[in-house]
Amino acid sequence: MPENMLSKIDYCLHLADNALILCHKNAAWCGHAPSPELDIALTNISLDLIGQARNFYQYAATLINENNAKGDSVTDDHLAFLRDVNEFKNCLLTEIPNGDWGQTMLRQFLFSNYQYFLFQQLINSKDEQIAAIAEKSIKETTYHLRWSSEWVIRLGDGTPESHSRMVHAVQELWPYTGELFLPADYEMDCLKSGIGADLELLKKDWWNKTHEIFSEATLSIPGKSFVQDGGKYGKHTENMIPLLTELQYMQRAYPGCEW
Amino acid sequence: MQVNALFLYTQRFDMETDAIEKIFQQKIDEEIKIEPKDWMPEKYRQTLIRQISQHAHSEIVGMLPEGGWIKYAPTLKRKAILIAKVQDEAGHGLYLYSAAETLGIDYLTMMEQLVSGKAKYSSIFNYPSLSWADMGAIGWLVDGAAILNQVMLCRTSYGPYARAMVRICKEESFHQRQGFDILYTLSQGTDEQKAMCQDAINRWWWPSLMMFGPKDEASTHSDQSMNWKIKRKSNDELRGQFVNMIAEQVKVLGMTLPDPDLKWNEEKNSYDFGEINWDEFWNVVKGNGPCNKQRIEARRKAHEGGTWVREAALAYADKKKNKSKAA
Amino acid sequence: MIKLIRKFYYGDYDSTNPGASLNTNEKLSEETSWPLWEIFVRSKQGLDHKHVGSLHAADAAMAIENARDVYTRRNEGISIWVVQSKYIHATNAEDADSLYDPANDKTYRHPTFFDLPDAVKHM
Repeated sequence: MPENMLSKIDYCLHLADNALILCHKNAAWCGHAPSPELDIALTNISLDLIGQARNFYQYAATLINENNAKGDSVTDDHLAFLRDVNEFKNCLLTEIPNGDWGQTMLRQFLFSNYQYFLFQQLINSKDEQIAAIAEKSIKETTYHLRWSSEWVIRLGDGTPESHSRMVHAVQELWPYTGELFLPADYEMDCLKSGIGADLELLKKDWWNKTHEIFSEATLSIPGKSFVQDGGKYGKHTENMIPLLTELQYMQRAYPGCEW
Repeated sequence: MQVNALFLYTQRFDMETDAIEKIFQQKIDEEIKIEPKDWMPEKYRQTLIRQISQHAHSEIVGMLPEGGWIKYAPTLKRKAILIAKVQDEAGHGLYLYSAAETLGIDYLTMMEQLVSGKAKYSSIFNYPSLSWADMGAIGWLVDGAAILNQVMLCRTSYGPYARAMVRICKEESFHQRQGFDILYTLSQGTDEQKAMCQDAINRWWWPSLMMFGPKDEASTHSDQSMNWKIKRKSNDELRGQFVNMIAEQVKVLGMTLPDPDLKWNEEKNSYDFGEINWDEFWNVVKGNGPCNKQRIEARRKAHEGGTWVREAALAYADKKKNKSKAA
Repeated sequence: MIKLIRKFYYGDYDSTNPGASLNTNEKLSEETSWPLWEIFVRSKQGLDHKHVGSLHAADAAMAIENARDVYTRRNEGISIWVVQSKYIHATNAEDADSLYDPANDKTYRHPTFFDLPDAVKHM
């Protein structure tokens, strides 16, 4: 398989894994949110994310099958449920525990902010399929960003308790934001071939928006902190082990079945 | 507690109670819906508050047995469908809480009644879900039983309740189908999957029959809810309808229902079926079901854990209002 | 006149011992509810906004978003109005006779009141 095809497949898996893992974490709130209205709202985001994950997995599966004449063909479900932890390429931020509602809102904001500017770039991808998925996803992400921004502001500038909880959430999540902008080799390859995104550019947009929302939320952006990375290369936090144990339980326990 | 002008329940004192009750009953008999501001007997209002809030609690607690399986769903498609389905139940709870609020009780009061363990909800949700096949059995049997009641309740005499039910029934129609679809797929699968399917049916069959409540003959007093057309069919009537429906559908699955007494009665033109274990029924109602404690605890955690969020949102709304006033 | 209800119903799981108090003035906690909002949705361009239900939200922005998430999940709408329930003023049901019955005898307001010669085709 040509090198740039491998990169494209990895890139799609990376985008799909991000969406799936965040969906999986968010969906754990279903039935447990602070009010039925919020339960429904966050669940809508989970549904959008699983849709994005399926689109990217299906495309990755198509590319794998087209370039693999001899092997068995794979499906989106194989890619989601039968890869090992070191094959998952999601950013660490998506796998961090839900914490309280504030931490989940902040994680959603930090990630939707990233996805929004990412898809903005990807709608111009030279790869038509990636561009099409980005086009569809950006509408969803625009709403996710707006909704989570408002929650970050509300909780940051709400009561003293909510403010201090948000300060704590910022401390918890901030070390995982740096990784978003550290390009993996497959991301650099895809940028070069015109199908990926420029993370330097994205970082600027992301910072501006984050500044704007944090300042409205009366939250301060931490100074320089150590950047935790590795997710994009399959080096994850231990959070991934129970997560994949749940996610892949059925496919591992009953291999090869139709569901 | 919030009382608002639109939904303020009004009592009318300028007429003899008997006379005004007669008018009320006349409206009911003529199938005229009762609306929030209309005069209604206190007992009617209380019956409705109790029934609607318990119904709402059932939707919200009902999210738990299935919600716990979202993380294990075997395929991406099934995961998405299950998320959407459980989400619908939150919506149904919300529509029903709103309908109850038109009678003068507020959401927080109802929620506190639930998490303090005082309020009742459908006992079916105090049974555990132990396999993926349970997602199918819950959709097919539990939602199937619920739909029969809900279709009936679309014609209930209280307007806001009936309208909530119409909306719920529209959304509910995919729930039973997705349940059956899960079981049908299992029934076509490996021996292990077939066994999983039969096991789930075995566990959920009797509890779903219990969902219709005690036998009609257990009622010793006059049937006020029927006269008021809050309820329009009896428990046994609905239960019989359910058995007739399921006993046929189970054949398509190639599975059996765990009742040796189940057989077609030509004369009655319906199925005969065995006696429900009423001791078990009452035990679960009284709080001794396998999951009563866990369900209440989960709801309590969600509600109390969310207090700071709800308070912060109000505080922020106030701040913003004051700012825009000052500006 | 009104007899005790002893029968059990769907959504009414133990009516002899309902557990929860129906005394709606009894407040168990100090928490203030989010206000209630009435939601109106326009299903497509050219149609009126129609009342679809209610929900809770801390402010108008949240009410609109909650309405979007709760009431338009199945392509039900393209535009949403929200209004806090307490700002809706309504007629009293007891006044219905005096408010609406007087319209009953004004049949000349309806076009069918007038017989037109057959020669007049469309009017």
